[in-house]
Amino acid sequence: MSLAALFFYLFAAVAVASAFMVIASRNPVHSVLFLILTFVNAAGLFILIGAEFLAMLLVVVYVGAVAVLFLFVVMMLDVDFVELRQGFLQYLPVGALVGLVFLAELVLVFGSWTFGEGVTGAVLPAAAGVSNTVQIGRVLYTDYVYFFQAAGLVLLVAMIGAIVLTLRHKTNVKRQSIPVQNARTKAAAIDVVKVPSGKGL
Amino acid sequence: MTNTSWLDTLIQVVIILAQSLALLVGLLIVVAYVLLADRKIWAAVQMRRGPNVVGPFGLFQSFADLIKFVLKEPVVPDGSNKGVFLLAPFVTCLLALAAWAVVPLDAGWVVADINVGVLYIFAISSLGVYGVIMGGWASNSKYPFLSALRAAAQMVSYEVSIGFVIVTVLMCAGSLNLSAIVEAQNTRYGILGWYWLPLFPMFVIFFISALAETNRPPFDLGEAESELVAGFMVEYGSTPYMMFMLGEYVAIMTMCALTAILFMGGWLPPLPFAPFTWVPGVIWFLLKVLLVFFMFAMVKAMVPRYRYDQLMRLGWKVFLPISLFMVVLVAGVLHFSGLAPGAGG
Repeated sequence: MSLAALFFYLFAAVAVASAFMVIASRNPVHSVLFLILTFVNAAGLFILIGAEFLAMLLVVVYVGAVAVLFLFVVMMLDVDFVELRQGFLQYLPVGALVGLVFLAELVLVFGSWTFGEGVTGAVLPAAAGVSNTVQIGRVLYTDYVYFFQAAGLVLLVAMIGAIVLTLRHKTNVKRQSIPVQNARTKAAAIDVVKVPSGKGL
Repeated sequence: MTNTSWLDTLIQVVIILAQSLALLVGLLIVVAYVLLADRKIWAAVQMRRGPNVVGPFGLFQSFADLIKFVLKEPVVPDGSNKGVFLLAPFVTCLLALAAWAVVPLDAGWVVADINVGVLYIFAISSLGVYGVIMGGWASNSKYPFLSALRAAAQMVSYEVSIGFVIVTVLMCAGSLNLSAIVEAQNTRYGILGWYWLPLFPMFVIFFISALAETNRPPFDLGEAESELVAGFMVEYGSTPYMMFMLGEYVAIMTMCALTAILFMGGWLPPLPFAPFTWVPGVIWFLLKVLLVFFMFAMVKAMVPRYRYDQLMRLGWKVFLPISLFMVVLVAGVLHFSGLAPGAGG
């Protein structure tokens, strides 16, 4: 067993175990932390097959941003999780059924999987002197440029949708306008008043 | 599998361990003195003496602090989530130290010369927020919790502009490898050929974002002592507290090193001829890192803390549009002037 295989079994075992803990742990914050551990180990598996760019993207995007937002939301939930988990087992039959159907579908799909014309099942050997970052870039911005742009457009639409749904200008909330504040001059902001002694304003 | 290949692997592992250990020891000593320098600079700006009792000029102050922290009793609050509470400082500290595996101190002086070095540091520094969130949440107390929420939103926001700044540098250098980025700045113009000059706006944005990313003043809203006492570190003491501090300063050094590598030519001498090229590259690198750190320290001493909404406005409404525009501009200039580097690495 080589060193790479040793690390594969290490990463894979930790990934599976922590994935199990995501659904098994009682505290939702612990669940998210185990989810993060799963992501990191998946990144380790990516590195072992030589896809270091994908591994780093996985860590940057999922662990560094998405999981932070998960944690952000889960931390702020004020739900009695003990109570929530009381009737947990009553969903077991339904969950097991869904899981079995999904498993059966996966087995059917991968059992009858055939590759299209000109596509080999084997991992392509790395071209000499070219890192896989460059290789991904070459494919992404030539053959698949429209798909790539379309994916970006979908994300943009999703972002605009989220902003439209949440942006509300309440009338009774005073908002700060930086340009207006910066444009204020001394003459407009200060009124020097001579107050005679003993008279008041 | 023959015996010799096993032996080779073993030797390789031992060499990597020895390199890591040497780097770790060097880094910790540098951090000890950087911590002292931070306090001394801060004191000098405020016309105080700063730490001056332990050793000549207070030079052993950091080591005295270390012994003090280690010998104190660690207190774990009763209502805290104990596992996560103790894990948080370790996460902060380990992640901060792990980033240094890919930092080239000189040509070839790097523990792991990986292809995606910049992305690795970016990924590791984006993980740094977990120490803060975990510590803040696990303390089960109001101020740390508020601090965790603040820090999470802040660090995610400023990562975006740091990402765009890194993209512009990558486009100029044509590689994600940190050593290759330094080599790309090796021109006959010396200091004028480094990226700080052509990419000056990005240099400024990167510096300010690095302050925000490492929770340094004026962006230290996570531990704002005037409103949150000490933020996520309220409930910490003794060794766990020290590990938070250590992680924070190592992360600051990482950002200083990244600034030196991306914009200030890493280990390259400022002028590419005789008396300057005699000095070893690692000395130049250290000087540049310390120069950036000096700027960090001066900012801490001089600039008042930002308000939280101002911080968010700066990140999303000022830095993000500027850096996005600069990415387009730099890409356009590189493309149409034919200066773009070939996709070699």
